[in-house]
Amino acid sequence: MHTLLQYPFDSQFLLRKRKSIKKELLASPGLMEKHIAILGGSTTHDIKDMLELFLLDQGILPVFFESEYNQYWQDAMFSNLELEELKPDVIFIHTSNRNITAFPDLEDSAEAVEGLLEQEYQHFAVMWDKLRETYHCPIIQNNFEYPFYRLLGNRDASDIHGRTNFITRLNQRFYDYAQAHEQFYIHDINYLAADYGLEKWSDPFYWHMYKYALCMDAIPRLAFSVSNIIKSLYGKNKKAFALDLDNTLWGGIVGDDGVENLAIGPETSMGQVYTEFQQYLKAHKKLGVLLNVVSKNEQENAMAGLNHPDGVLKPDDFISIKANWEPKSRNLVQMADELNLLPESFVFVDDNPAERAIIRQQVPGVPVPEIGQVEHYINVIDRSGFFEVTNLSKDDFKRNEMYKENAARARLQASFGSYEDYLKSLEMKGEIRGFVPAYMSRIAQLTNKSNQFNLTTKRYSQGDIEAVASDPDHITLYGKLGDKFGDNGVVSIVIGKIGGEKRDELHMELWLMSCRVLKRDMEYAMMDELVEKAKAAGIRKIVGYYYPTAKNVMVKDFYALQGFTKVSEDGAGNTVWEFEITDGYRKKQHVIDVNGAVTEEGAGK
Amino acid sequence: MTREEVYERLNKVFQEVFDDDSITVNDDTTSDDIEDWDSFEHINLVVAVEEEFSFKIPMGKVVTMKNVGEMVDIIMETGK
Repeated sequence: MHTLLQYPFDSQFLLRKRKSIKKELLASPGLMEKHIAILGGSTTHDIKDMLELFLLDQGILPVFFESEYNQYWQDAMFSNLELEELKPDVIFIHTSNRNITAFPDLEDSAEAVEGLLEQEYQHFAVMWDKLRETYHCPIIQNNFEYPFYRLLGNRDASDIHGRTNFITRLNQRFYDYAQAHEQFYIHDINYLAADYGLEKWSDPFYWHMYKYALCMDAIPRLAFSVSNIIKSLYGKNKKAFALDLDNTLWGGIVGDDGVENLAIGPETSMGQVYTEFQQYLKAHKKLGVLLNVVSKNEQENAMAGLNHPDGVLKPDDFISIKANWEPKSRNLVQMADELNLLPESFVFVDDNPAERAIIRQQVPGVPVPEIGQVEHYINVIDRSGFFEVTNLSKDDFKRNEMYKENAARARLQASFGSYEDYLKSLEMKGEIRGFVPAYMSRIAQLTNKSNQFNLTTKRYSQGDIEAVASDPDHITLYGKLGDKFGDNGVVSIVIGKIGGEKRDELHMELWLMSCRVLKRDMEYAMMDELVEKAKAAGIRKIVGYYYPTAKNVMVKDFYALQGFTKVSEDGAGNTVWEFEITDGYRKKQHVIDVNGAVTEEGAGK
Repeated sequence: MTREEVYERLNKVFQEVFDDDSITVNDDTTSDDIEDWDSFEHINLVVAVEEEFSFKIPMGKVVTMKNVGEMVDIIMETGK
């Protein structure tokens, strides 16, 4: 991540230096191309430029469609060849209160105001419906910022004739639509404008001069905020915190000052501010964000600090606690490895600028926010959008538990003679079937999040997944895995396309698995089910593809392990593999009870 | 601030905005003289000039500026 593009960034600098920054970012390896349509109700030129920088910084190479000035509605409602050809992956509708065509008149009756509200809402709702139906892709829609003047003064907020009141109610209608529709995301410019300062944000100079609905200097903030939604949709959210202890989670140095003298808890101002920060971090657990410690401390002192009676965070809240005198970069890399995560999935939080500099230098790609003073830690981290929530799934609530369960499994493993005995002791139960509606959203999420155990790294929107599921030419499988410690939910996805002259070949378009179930034989269970389903469909040959990326080297030889034969390899390392299905196919896994039918060898034991 | 000093800083702003180190401007330079200077880059340019000289050009003046010379006149009146 480019530090220039990390919050808090210098907007003026980004606007001025955009061209040279863009050149630099375009040189980054492994960019993921995405087609972004910007439908604007005001000028969008610089918004597009800034959005491009922030997306590039997230590893996304945007190809844009930009509507002509204020043509958002026409472009959405009527056939538009350019937009259709782009096949947008995301549509961003940049409208503002300048696009509200009519506000209540002071003499209007309550019914008249209601009618007006309905009319303004429908103008947007029909457009969203039309876009959803035409493009089947995620839609990002601005809500409305408050008006820059208030005819009724304070009463403008509460009186149905006030613009402030009208905008508040219209926004609520937008939120109702968002609650009722998947793949529809509100971009909260109402909050952004308030946060930035409405008077400056809505400076009429920029509207009358350039038809910008916000001031120039705020454009990077807006673009950054949109980029956070987009990168979240494509699985580029961060997953974990790596937290320092002394002067980060509490005031003082536990080894020097002693536990009793740390600033934490309700007694002092400094104690309170650290308490609030700990509460903020702890709340992330419910979002599925993993909390970890990387601290230069004696283990004993670290634990004593974390057991402070007034502390909000307790040792049990953390997945991994590394308290030692090794370089933090080494600890961070090791921790990532142990949790099957990439180092860049961690947000490194440390009050010490020297430690931050070392991480930036030694583990590039890890976001290291400039958190400033303790009273501003939350401000900086929260506005950085590391964990932007686009979809709240039950899986997220449970993620911390699952990692805890993994730790329990690791302890159990140590007590078994053979690995297979250990796997059997887990009493694993799998559910492997063709895609069903209940899991479409989770399946799409997985295709966008999984990078390591992913053979083709093909990304699917929920619309794509639904289309594949209902297509008779595709064979699909999702795999759920649970064991005596808990349920991992949907963890593996396989999609194959039927082909060949005799329609007896299955070409694997996607094969992925969540790293949380590595080494559980789940990949073999998937293979067994795939072969069964393929056989039933008259398939004789399965063709597998491996496309290398910076992250998926772990599955380079995956097909070889499954018994495939390599048939070709090109200069870029792309490989093609074949597997002949014979009647004598023997199941590869014997430790998971799949679909309630006890496996052959498991029976009778 | 002399006119020369203004030009020294202004050239740097132009070079940054248009990402071209070879650009130098004078009193008679207009948008026709710089290839990328369209209405969008003009917005950028005005914002960058405002930042460089720590002042706001009022709307009335933004719309009437005919060439770089007039921009420099405004900068010398109110810029820092």
